[in-house]
Amino acid sequence: MKPELMKRMVKGPDGLEFEVEPLRDYYCEAPPTVMPAAYGKIVEDLFNWARSESIWILGFGTGCGAIEMRPLMTPRFDAYRYGVQWRPTPRQANLFIISGYLSTKTLKRAIRAYEQMQNPKYVIGLGSCTINGGMYWDSYNTIKRLDDYLPVDLYIAGCMPRPEALLAGFMDLKKLIRAGNGEGANQYAENFAWYKENQKRVIHDWDMPDYNW
Amino acid sequence: MDFDWMKIPYAFLTVFIVVNYGFLMTALIQKIGARAGRRYGIPIWQNYIDMIKNYSLRSSITHGVMFYLGPVFRLSGGVGLLLFVPTIYGSYMFSNFSFAGDLILALYFVFFGTLGMALGAGESGHPHAAIGVSRGLSQVSMAELPFAMAVFSVALQYQTLSVTDIVAAQQGGMLHWTLFTNPIAVTAAMLSFLGSMMRPPFDVVIAPQEIPIGPPTEYHSSYLAVMQTNRAIFPVAKIVIYMNLFFGGATGWPELFLKVFLLYLFSAFVGVCFPRFRVEQSVRWFLVWAVPLGILSIMVV
Repeated sequence: MKPELMKRMVKGPDGLEFEVEPLRDYYCEAPPTVMPAAYGKIVEDLFNWARSESIWILGFGTGCGAIEMRPLMTPRFDAYRYGVQWRPTPRQANLFIISGYLSTKTLKRAIRAYEQMQNPKYVIGLGSCTINGGMYWDSYNTIKRLDDYLPVDLYIAGCMPRPEALLAGFMDLKKLIRAGNGEGANQYAENFAWYKENQKRVIHDWDMPDYNW
Repeated sequence: MDFDWMKIPYAFLTVFIVVNYGFLMTALIQKIGARAGRRYGIPIWQNYIDMIKNYSLRSSITHGVMFYLGPVFRLSGGVGLLLFVPTIYGSYMFSNFSFAGDLILALYFVFFGTLGMALGAGESGHPHAAIGVSRGLSQVSMAELPFAMAVFSVALQYQTLSVTDIVAAQQGGMLHWTLFTNPIAVTAAMLSFLGSMMRPPFDVVIAPQEIPIGPPTEYHSSYLAVMQTNRAIFPVAKIVIYMNLFFGGATGWPELFLKVFLLYLFSAFVGVCFPRFRVEQSVRWFLVWAVPLGILSIMVV
């Protein structure tokens, strides 16, 4: 545990002393809850359609595959015409693309970013590294199967997959969401203990609460 | 005091028309910007889908009371701005709640949303939000200065603080517009207009490539949807004021749609042509180019 995360007394500029416990003060520790579809079929169908047509991606490139996401914003591929946009903050994003290999150090940040996203949220594993480790299969510092740590909705295989493959992946994800199968957030909440156990097995300096927000 | 209750449904109708027009127009402007970058751009109805999506998110978190009130203030700033000035000149239905001194109230409402946003974003506790708000407030304050001067100049010119009277004075042909009778004030106001439309070169506050993404960093799901609704209303409301003060107002919805679109297009046109300013650059730019024009316009009148 880093010293700045320890519980301690702090003296404010006005001379008042108060207790600071960063892990409790800065985070909400309430574990995620399962949030089932709350409305009737017609409304949920409309919502699923809207969710599928307005996919906001978290702009967080976790590995080398992020280089394949950039061309999607350019005139050549232009993903915006399919309702796909990039958001710089996890709060507003719905889709998290794990782009390629994921080192354990990045995994920690990926978990925090994922947990800050709002339900429903989706994860795409991009490249073969997220499926079985790919060319990093015997690396000491990368994870092998992304699905053990975050609930993956869709894999796009290849090393690297071309931007066209990503566009095709978005289309498949849209079909999944529209059919009502994009329930990764609830899956994560249901199997929370199992995911946390897996995450803690590889992240050794676990200096954050079990659930971030 | 006699209050005409029929004005309330008419006000709702005005807001309804403006929301829909704002959604479609901002999408169209984004498409035009995309075409300038040789992209196809978003579908024209994308704003509606985004809003339904944001309302349909199942979870949302809060950081306190002010966090709730931030988007509410922002939206009420936009709606208030719209409803307290005459939208359509000479129309009983769409004059809404305009009254003798509405110009002062309008100036206040232009700033109101920004202040509410500052409080809400401050409560979110995110450092990016705090930095974004301080940048935004300094830039918007600077941009409002020439606009306020231009408004004083126009009020002096027509000897009234009522927007309706100002529009009435401009009727009877294009050459009666303030654009031709007081060009210096209009120039100062149009430079200030660039600064408050949150488009390049003055979009450092909310640009995703800067500190991501400024004040709305922590806002999500229905909070964000409320703010998106305001992003459709506020520019139209602001342009309606500009149109009323400087470009002869509008006597019907088609005229309003056309004038608002052209004015918005002006800021989009500048936006695709010029790169982004940093805050201190934009503050200096307003001080050097816009504020002297504003002072000059008052002195000339």
